[in-house]
Amino acid sequence: MTTAEIQGTTLGERVPVGGRFGWLMTIYRYALVILLALVFVFPFVVMLTTAFKVSDEIFTAPPELFPRSWTLEHFYNALTQIPFWRFLINTVVIAGLSVLGTVLVSPLVAYSLAKLRWRGRNLLFIMVLATMMLPPQVTLIPIYMMWNKVGLTGTILPLVIPAFLGTPFFIFLIRQFLLSVPDELIEAAKVDGASEFRIYWSIVLPIARPALITSAVFQFVWAWTDFLYPLIYLNDEESYTLSIGLYSFLGQHGVQWGPLMAACVLFTLPAFLIFLVFQRYFIGGIATGALK
Amino acid sequence: MSEARSRNSEPTGRALLKGLAFASPFIIGFLVLYAWPILASGYYSLTDFSLFKAPKWVGLANYERMISDAKFWKSLYNTLFFTFVGVPVDIAISIAGAHILNQKLKGQPLWRALVYLPSIVPAVAAGFLWRWLLNAQYGFVNEILRWFRIPQPNWLLDASWGGISVIVLMLWTVGGTMLIYLAALKNVPQELYEAAELDGAGPLRRFWHITWPMISPVTLFQVIVLMIAFLQVFTQPFVLSKDPGLGTQTATGPGDSMLSYSIYLFQNGFTFLKMGYASAMAWVLLFVTLAITLLILWSAKKWVFYDNR
Repeated sequence: MTTAEIQGTTLGERVPVGGRFGWLMTIYRYALVILLALVFVFPFVVMLTTAFKVSDEIFTAPPELFPRSWTLEHFYNALTQIPFWRFLINTVVIAGLSVLGTVLVSPLVAYSLAKLRWRGRNLLFIMVLATMMLPPQVTLIPIYMMWNKVGLTGTILPLVIPAFLGTPFFIFLIRQFLLSVPDELIEAAKVDGASEFRIYWSIVLPIARPALITSAVFQFVWAWTDFLYPLIYLNDEESYTLSIGLYSFLGQHGVQWGPLMAACVLFTLPAFLIFLVFQRYFIGGIATGALK
Repeated sequence: MSEARSRNSEPTGRALLKGLAFASPFIIGFLVLYAWPILASGYYSLTDFSLFKAPKWVGLANYERMISDAKFWKSLYNTLFFTFVGVPVDIAISIAGAHILNQKLKGQPLWRALVYLPSIVPAVAAGFLWRWLLNAQYGFVNEILRWFRIPQPNWLLDASWGGISVIVLMLWTVGGTMLIYLAALKNVPQELYEAAELDGAGPLRRFWHITWPMISPVTLFQVIVLMIAFLQVFTQPFVLSKDPGLGTQTATGPGDSMLSYSIYLFQNGFTFLKMGYASAMAWVLLFVTLAITLLILWSAKKWVFYDNR
């Protein structure tokens, strides 16, 4: 950002358009960026205001943005017409376990790739890269058959166990981060007689904290928003996540836009909060280019 | 080990064991979740089988059946349509938006957060929201078109607009790509622009002769990443086309216009239980992806500029 500001200032001073009409350029710049932001944000406004409208007001042509009278009835309906709390708990459990698996296991593998020297390390790295690029459709059916054979379809285990076996994306991300950690730190601990695991646990992991948080927040949002895998593995309403619960909601109750939008608001909110708190980790993760 | 040994001189056997020990979860994961399933999928694609029926060898019959399967072609056509329209538009919007964000503005973190926000919305919620926005009668998209006196299509119910609706929904999450381009723009050396300005180059020429070549490596990577994402699209059309009368069954949009390749694969595998056929489809998808990737990489020589100073 600082570079941008510096660039901006020099541009502003040098370019002759400034002068007396500089303020016009400023207005123009802000008008553009506000318009841009509006395109992205406007749908949220519609989601929110629809959720607060009384049912009669939802269907008006032409549509009106703001409710004439605000109501919480749709939020009440969304929470009572479907087992919302059950879906929420299921989603939290799956997302929580996935995050746990990711932060426990992916850095272990990343450490082996970044800081240990052993025969086969390059081969393993190629394996990580190759699996990152493989379309999941190719492995979808055999993996389903495998879980089916051991009787775990219908449970949440097929959704969380993979995180405990290392996720290629996060292994890659953390490895890139660890490459920038100076070897001297590790050497020094080794001279002091620390075991490899101790070095990993008490020196490397604390240093890798930013990369771990980035992985954790992305894993959380992915698990929170995932649709295809819960759709395949969860066949009992008791174990539905919010994605699947909301999806079938539309079928069971026709299209009730009020409660549906209210449920969407409640579903989106936790991901938003995570985003607000960990914003710089998200933006940092995107800047590395490995994540979107 | 009390003696101060350098890591390079550690016995190779010990080093190997340590390396393997730390990497062991992923080695197991690779075998169980990737290597074996890839082999199994290849074998399944040559068999007739379902959850309830052991695989029966049929040779290339599944692949031959695709040739005469109109729905297969329809789903492939739709997916290529999403990809070849969606990816260029996605890139163009990202570059334009990144330029807007790259101006002298206060509150940079806020603007960046606002464009990225849609990317963390659960796809199911985003799909439902856009069904409402694209509603021909009550939706805001057509209302806005009405202000500007632009004809308003019946987005979700007209076969010729179903595919475009899917692309519109996917473009809402273009913010991630935009932020990647923003970072790329900040890496372009300012001296280049200053020199060009002294030579009297206007904004368009500066973009075409400086910005575009300097960000082309990013473009190459983003084109490949987006292409893969569009070729695999599942949730967005799945939610947009949902028929309220069906539970978790699938609808495929007017005239099958939202039937993506992955949806048809999913239907074959998990609705019709033709798992051999679905596996064969997965392999075709893999080869289509590889072919397009190689094509892009081959074309890169002509338009990607590497700065080797």
